[in-house]
Amino acid sequence: MSSDTKTLDVSVWRGDSAGGKFERFQVPNQQSQTILDVVVWIQQKIDPTLAYRYACRVGMCGSCAMMVNGEPRWTCRTHVLKVIRDNRIEVAPLRNLPVIKDLATDMDPFFTKWVKAEGVFHPTSSRDDDIVKVNPSSDDRILADAAIECINCAVCYASCDTVQGNPEYLGPAALNRAWTLVNDEKDGKRADILDAVSQRGGCHNCHSQGSCAKFCPNELSPITSIAGLKRETIKSFFKGR
Amino acid sequence: MLTFRLFMLQRVTALIMAPLVLGHLAVMVYAIRGGLSTGAILSRTQGSLPWAIFYGTFVVAVSIHAAIGVRVIAAEIFHMRGLLLNALSWALCAFLLFAGLRAVLSVTAL
Repeated sequence: MSSDTKTLDVSVWRGDSAGGKFERFQVPNQQSQTILDVVVWIQQKIDPTLAYRYACRVGMCGSCAMMVNGEPRWTCRTHVLKVIRDNRIEVAPLRNLPVIKDLATDMDPFFTKWVKAEGVFHPTSSRDDDIVKVNPSSDDRILADAAIECINCAVCYASCDTVQGNPEYLGPAALNRAWTLVNDEKDGKRADILDAVSQRGGCHNCHSQGSCAKFCPNELSPITSIAGLKRETIKSFFKGR
Repeated sequence: MLTFRLFMLQRVTALIMAPLVLGHLAVMVYAIRGGLSTGAILSRTQGSLPWAIFYGTFVVAVSIHAAIGVRVIAAEIFHMRGLLLNALSWALCAFLLFAGLRAVLSVTAL
């Protein structure tokens, strides 16, 4: 995985929801260059009409994810040297999401599913109440903490073959979020969350292939969260809730 | 394409099948090592309610389990939906039930 030549051969997907094709660009090969740097260089130096999305450039905002040589990645933290093959890079919009233009995908289905999975906080007290103390070493909090650093980049969603085969499936990120709330002692609607993830397209559709955990840039394990949801829904079922 | 109900049904049928498969393997090993003839085996199974229940339960569990599994494959790989998907699932379940129970009947009926 090295690149000694002075230019990179970069294929960038161009088009919209109606279709498109890859367009090739020659980009200077520089040290410590990320995939996002390459895309920005093309847009600033060659074609200002290239559409893509990014914000923080430091792996926090989760907005710059794209398919790089066929795999979903956060492009601002992906070094060219890590992914280049035969001096070529292929950049495409995230899989499993509708394309708006070029490399920018419509994230609506992704976030709609967060809401559908009850991945929203359900408060049990108001701002007038005292702040509830949370024991950081409690079993539930440890489970929640293990899954809480999601940056909503949709890399797991793009990597998931179940989402591809079943567009109704809520996907790893939404279910991972639901799992953090199931284990959040401040959340007041645990039963509603378990009910939401048990509907059509819910956690039981996961085939445990593990692409989500393999590709998550923050090294989270949505597959473990989904297994937890399956376990809890089964427990609720046998308890008659 | 799995609802919670289908998921549970598939897991429960898997739980039923697991010990029955082990029992079936044990019977096969016993029958072969002991050198039992077809006639000797049939003489033990024909008219036996326990063997009819053993293999009948297995056939019912397999029919449900396999139909749900194929349903998921048909939906995700071949993008089958709605009535067609339901028809395929029920048809496969019915076929496996028919073929399996017919086989069970032929070795356990008098």
